[in-house]
Amino acid sequence: MKTEPAATAPEAVTLRGRGVLAEASHHASPVLGVVLALLVLWYAFAVALNAPRVTEQLDGLGARWGARELVLAAWSMERPVLPAPHQIAQAFWQGVFEAAPDSPRSLVFHAGVTLSATLLGFALGMVLGVLLAIGVVHSRVLDRGLLPWIIASQTIPILAIAPMVVVVLGSLGLPPLASKAVISMYLCFFPVAVGMVKGLRSPKVLQLDLMHTYRASHLQVLLKLRLPSAVPFLFASAKVAVTASLVGAIVGELPTGAQAGLGARLLSGSYFGQTIQIWSALLMASLLGVLLVAAISLSQRLVGRAMGARA
Amino acid sequence: MDQPVVHAENLSLVFQTADTPVIALSGIDLTIQRGEFVSLIGPSGCGKTTLLRVIADLERASSGAITVNGVSPERARLDRAYGYVFQASALYPWRDVLHNVMLPLEITGRPPHERRAMAEQQLALVGLQGFVRKFPWQLSGGMQQRVSIARALALQPELLLMDEPFGALDEITRDHLNEQLLRLWEQTGKTVIFVTHSISEAVFLSNRIVVMTPRPGRILEVIQSTLPAGRDLDARETPEFIDVARRVRTALRAGHSYED
Repeated sequence: MKTEPAATAPEAVTLRGRGVLAEASHHASPVLGVVLALLVLWYAFAVALNAPRVTEQLDGLGARWGARELVLAAWSMERPVLPAPHQIAQAFWQGVFEAAPDSPRSLVFHAGVTLSATLLGFALGMVLGVLLAIGVVHSRVLDRGLLPWIIASQTIPILAIAPMVVVVLGSLGLPPLASKAVISMYLCFFPVAVGMVKGLRSPKVLQLDLMHTYRASHLQVLLKLRLPSAVPFLFASAKVAVTASLVGAIVGELPTGAQAGLGARLLSGSYFGQTIQIWSALLMASLLGVLLVAAISLSQRLVGRAMGARA
Repeated sequence: MDQPVVHAENLSLVFQTADTPVIALSGIDLTIQRGEFVSLIGPSGCGKTTLLRVIADLERASSGAITVNGVSPERARLDRAYGYVFQASALYPWRDVLHNVMLPLEITGRPPHERRAMAEQQLALVGLQGFVRKFPWQLSGGMQQRVSIARALALQPELLLMDEPFGALDEITRDHLNEQLLRLWEQTGKTVIFVTHSISEAVFLSNRIVVMTPRPGRILEVIQSTLPAGRDLDARETPEFIDVARRVRTALRAGHSYED
């Protein structure tokens, strides 16, 4: 018989060896294709959008110029309408690896400021969302009285209340981190609350009847049945919530005129027409979002494995 | 004589639905003594599961009287007087076999070191001692139902309520589990109330068979089995078995003639 490790321990192989690599190579080619197509489009648009100002400049110099000069100049402007990808990459590289991590020129520094507000807001939002859901599931009064307000709270644009939160919390003497975290929490508790209400109500009738035959208390039903049943819902909501709290933290940096944070970079970039700075801050923000969602996916896998989920 | 385990008099239950009230149980009189194995049999909608749920205090009767161990079903439930086995195993998928059986022991606050030993003891009784670390999805349907029987036995109740526990299993598995259940009953001397719609299952397991009929759900006939104790699956070929089965079938047919 041939040696075939997969036949002896199929589960172990799926769990450890195959997962990451096979998945990566399976997804890589279509992803690469899309990225290439986007880059080509982007360079084309950079020429098209920057052309009017470039032609002005080239005309001003008085020299003769052709398509080659136009394209090269469009891709290397100092304050382009749309910077070329390599300009953003270069600025990103400088911001991440060449500036000292504690200097205001460092993207790592700004990302760290935003990340701390994001994580604090996310944690607060998760706690608030879960507590609200527990209340709604256990009390008919809260179910009827609270849910409409929770939904109404989400219809108010965050940009409208962010300045008020900053002003109010600032006047109470709280640090900017607090007001940013509160705005971030405001954006992220909603998906958590909605997902957890569904999750806490997901146990089947028989599973609940079983608890009834044991004379289990509400607390025991919550801890031993409702919360474990809600775990998949919690992770699904957490992925939505963590990106929402990142947006919340960035938005929270806008009205403060903050000196630090990715939101501050976006704002100062737009004051001074530093489009490259804006784009590199955006790149950093999206990388941060990807990392946060990946971290949640990883913990979801670990928790799932501990809870006996199929590989 | 001993106090009966279950005593029902003129018991009725009416479900209020949107259009018309549904009479799930009507005029039920039933007494079950300690150590009996009683099957409730009948077509769907005859109220056999509802009756079991009333005994378990999962439903409340609309009128009539019922006692379990001489007290109200609610009192009996609060005393944790029975173990219940549902149609589906209702195992908690995030708990392995051992922890599923330990669940009732956790809820009743048994000390941690006792729980494990007690759960393992019950799992040995249903022949699953080698599967304590498996999760429910890794087990066959028959094994899942055996885990749920072990879980129902974990609190060592004197009364076992079983609602079509083998209904979803194939016939070979069902035969095997029937025999195992019969041995278990003989060993432990527990009272078992067993809901089924299989005639051969009811006749093989029970010493009394309660035949029920739908619309409204009521008891048509109670048949005493003449089969000897300690029987095995071969008993199903004997004239006594065929005779009891025929009486059950005749009663069920009489119930059906009310319809159409």
